Amino acid sequence: MIRTVIAITCLGLIVSLTGCDEQPRNNPYPRQDELANIYYSAFSESPKTLDPARSYSADEVVFTGQIYEPPLQYHFLKRPYTLEPLTATALPTVTLLDKQGNVLDDNAADDKVAYSRYRIHIKPGIRYQPHPAFAKDAEGQYRYHDLSQQALHHFSQLEDFTETGSRELVADDYIYEIKRLAHPRAQSPILGLMEQYIDGMDEYAETLQIAFDEVIKQQGNHGYLDLRKYPLKGVTKIDDYTYDVVLKGKYPQFKYWLAMPFFAPMPWEADAFYSQAGMAKKNIGFNWSPIGTGPYMLTENNPNRQMVLSRNPNYHGDVYPSEGEAGDGAAGLLADAGQELPFIDKFVFSLERESIPRWNKFLQGYYDASGIASDNFDEAVTISAAGEAGLTKSLQKKGVHLRTEASPSIFYIGFNMLDPVIGGYSDKQRKLRQAIAIAVNMEEFVSIFLNGRGIPANGPIPPGIEGHVDGEAGINSYVYEWKGGHSQRHSLDKAKQLLREAGYPGGVNANTGEPLVLSFDTVTGGSDDAARFDWLRKQFEKLGIQLHVRATQYNRFQEKMRTGNAQLFFWGWNADYPDPENFLFLLYGPHGKVNYQGENASNYASPEFDKLFEQMKNMPEGQARDQVIARMVEIVRRDSPWIWGFFPKSFALTQAWVTPRKLNAMANNSMKYIKLDPRIRDERHKAWNKPLYWPLLLIVLGLLVVLIPVIWAYHVKVRKAAKRV
Amino acid sequence: MFAYIVRRMIYAIPVLIGVNVITFLLFFMVNTPDDIARAQLGEKHVTEAAIQRWKHTHGYDKPLFYNSEKQGVHQFSDTLFYTKSMRLFSFHFGSADSGRPIGYDIKQRMWPSLAIAVPTLLVGLMLNVTFAMLMVFFRQTYLELSGVILCIVMMSVSGMFYIIMGQFLIGKLLHLVPISGYDYGWEAIKFLVLPVAIGVVAGIGTGARWYRTIFLEEVNKDYVRTARAKGLSEVFVLFHHVLKNAMIPILTGVVVIIPSLFMGSLLMESFFGIPGLGSYTIDAIRQQDFSIVRAMVFLGTVLYIIGLILTDISYTLVDPRVRFD
Repeated sequence: MIRTVIAITCLGLIVSLTGCDEQPRNNPYPRQDELANIYYSAFSESPKTLDPARSYSADEVVFTGQIYEPPLQYHFLKRPYTLEPLTATALPTVTLLDKQGNVLDDNAADDKVAYSRYRIHIKPGIRYQPHPAFAKDAEGQYRYHDLSQQALHHFSQLEDFTETGSRELVADDYIYEIKRLAHPRAQSPILGLMEQYIDGMDEYAETLQIAFDEVIKQQGNHGYLDLRKYPLKGVTKIDDYTYDVVLKGKYPQFKYWLAMPFFAPMPWEADAFYSQAGMAKKNIGFNWSPIGTGPYMLTENNPNRQMVLSRNPNYHGDVYPSEGEAGDGAAGLLADAGQELPFIDKFVFSLERESIPRWNKFLQGYYDASGIASDNFDEAVTISAAGEAGLTKSLQKKGVHLRTEASPSIFYIGFNMLDPVIGGYSDKQRKLRQAIAIAVNMEEFVSIFLNGRGIPANGPIPPGIEGHVDGEAGINSYVYEWKGGHSQRHSLDKAKQLLREAGYPGGVNANTGEPLVLSFDTVTGGSDDAARFDWLRKQFEKLGIQLHVRATQYNRFQEKMRTGNAQLFFWGWNADYPDPENFLFLLYGPHGKVNYQGENASNYASPEFDKLFEQMKNMPEGQARDQVIARMVEIVRRDSPWIWGFFPKSFALTQAWVTPRKLNAMANNSMKYIKLDPRIRDERHKAWNKPLYWPLLLIVLGLLVVLIPVIWAYHVKVRKAAKRV
Repeated sequence: MFAYIVRRMIYAIPVLIGVNVITFLLFFMVNTPDDIARAQLGEKHVTEAAIQRWKHTHGYDKPLFYNSEKQGVHQFSDTLFYTKSMRLFSFHFGSADSGRPIGYDIKQRMWPSLAIAVPTLLVGLMLNVTFAMLMVFFRQTYLELSGVILCIVMMSVSGMFYIIMGQFLIGKLLHLVPISGYDYGWEAIKFLVLPVAIGVVAGIGTGARWYRTIFLEEVNKDYVRTARAKGLSEVFVLFHHVLKNAMIPILTGVVVIIPSLFMGSLLMESFFGIPGLGSYTIDAIRQQDFSIVRAMVFLGTVLYIIGLILTDISYTLVDPRVRFD
């Protein structure tokens, strides 16, 4: 029997080994796509919605940014970030108006300006992707707009609607989407903000709520509210290709919103089609079936497994930019200038929740790009003595490209300025905060917890944004000094001196003799929480201050922040747009979280700063504005409402077969610029993933070695039993 | 049998109501409707008016259990508990707070979960029973001792280690199967081989030791001695008589989990990119999506009750002494 088992096993192995070809067995994609012009990537969090009126997270904009086209976009190469027309013919023309609607001078005083009118012209001839909402029958009636429940029974997904149509993009579609921001079903996160600016938006939201409640009563939960019947005061159609948006007062930053999917066009036909009873149950709706004019359309929609973007056959076309910032030409970034976009036929995104399999599949060549998780950092990146990031030898050998960029974001430790101990604006209170800001060594934090992927901040404005100053002129003199050509944190002695002057010598209250105990509020849940909290306690211990870490559940933490029951806290902000206003408003008094439910989490309120903020936000870019910003930054550095924290740095890896491109943290639609060579990828896949069978043979032999004594023992035992009988 | 099943299902109704009430209370002790609205609206630019509007549209502006502003039966029916939880009894799961239909998601995600769980259970069961039988066959020998030590070692290793090592060895080093991913139809096989194999191997330690204990209890009983006295071989005695009589405790453990197999495995699905139900509830708790949480807890309870009924029914099949009355 033993011989038979061994013979069969060996025969099986020989057959399987000889039958093996050199094709990779671990390729997760269909074999017929080996040479296809497809870009493979991963996503770790399922998107929650792809409705452009609702979607506001980076996980979602990866998809919506390629499908929906707002009137403007960011230039792919120019820095600082520059807006340019996308579907618009030019940047919007802005006209200032007084209360009576009379046109004012561009230089009119802010208090004279009652409204700003943005006039946007869009290009004619742009068409939507093929979609069943546009399909018409022989009589010219919409084929799928009035489906009975019985008819709908035959459709379980959007692809089941076999007939599709398209039509030209018109100004009404942009107006429809702006109106959708106030639709009760859309629940747009920016409605509150837009109510402050778009003329009549607040009343419009109330009107739509009443109308929607009525529609629900009459038609049920999925009734159709035709927004064309409800005019919005501040948004007007001029002609088929022109529309106006009227804002209350001045809001120069509005142009940046015009580059976000919130202001992309939405055809009324889609709303009528998706609002039919029964569609939502089949998961067919704005949330999961986007409809746009962009270079790609969503052709597979399974947020739990795979999302696929395919080339939109009706795309109006675009070309790769022929100019960028200085040095782009030398870096080869203009090599594709003038070439037709997009380059890639299809993007396949697979859900990969865990970083280990995601990284291993990148190493095998099955993902064309990857970020770098902390676990894999040492395997991917080496930091030179000068602090420069480079690739490890193994990745260099694979031809991988590394690109880095400072993100337009900031993470900081905030002081609650309403707190009687750590807040306040007296000299002593400022000195206490300044002392802590010196003691908390952010360079060390970035090195230990971020593998160096961050730039310690000297103020609230990140690199690449107007108002950020590098070098000696840009240091925060309350925390750093300039020595030997670089900034250096003040000595701990200076921090201790400041603490003494603040009335806490050695961390003890000079009046009461009580030790100074501060609390740090944070959300718990990260894997390195314990280490981070220990590190933070040690930073405060340097000054003799006891830090009590109060890690809590997310809702409770938010509640403490809203009610002002926190002393110190960790917070962050990702820019909506690349304007200093979007960072400085985090310190604007009337945006205080406790009193006004705004984004000013530290509840900082300085009349001097607020006055300058109001002046700065409406100023045109230029030297005069920079001077105001510099004064504002100096005020907050002195008052120290934050320990300035760090600006995170993005590290991105791409495979050898992907043409290296510049990172663009602001552009949502950068996928159309990506280019790759599938032939090189196929060669590398085959070279890197040759199946190895001999270890399997070893495992089988090992099992046999274990089995043989078992089989022998079995025979002995059976024979013994037989003898006994 | 029919009357028995009907009786058991009637008993299940108060259990389900109780579970619903407890889930509701626990969830709303930790999250307020305002928290839920904030979680759905995001962290930026959220105003109080936006929160109120979201609550109104999603029905979270009602009182929890009792509506004093209404009259008669509406005092109880026009409440958050009634509107959100009572429709579950007709298996209308409704939509998640984020807008996705829950029934649709469950239908989509249960199949990949089953695709891993069913073969893992069946292959694992066969392997564990066989291994346990072998240990019992070689009882009081070094082979049994080695088997027990092996089981203890295997059960001491964390499930995560099996997954990471399996992916490293088979997927990364030998390049024999994809490290992770999923496809439908026959294409799914290449993605399932590794997770199923890992699931089976990871379960051997616990499973085989448990079955060994059950078999050892049986193997010294009188009917086994009688069977041996009749001259039956040890293998026949073990696989025919001992296995049959050990079925009740085995069934208790196995049948009860069959209906809940489709709830998936969080760790396995997460690491292998399987689009199953394993992470559905956990994600919903993280995103404070009460609609999904209540639906999944309700479904889990229903399935557990079905599992218990199936176990009771299966007892009558393997043990003629057990009757429905």
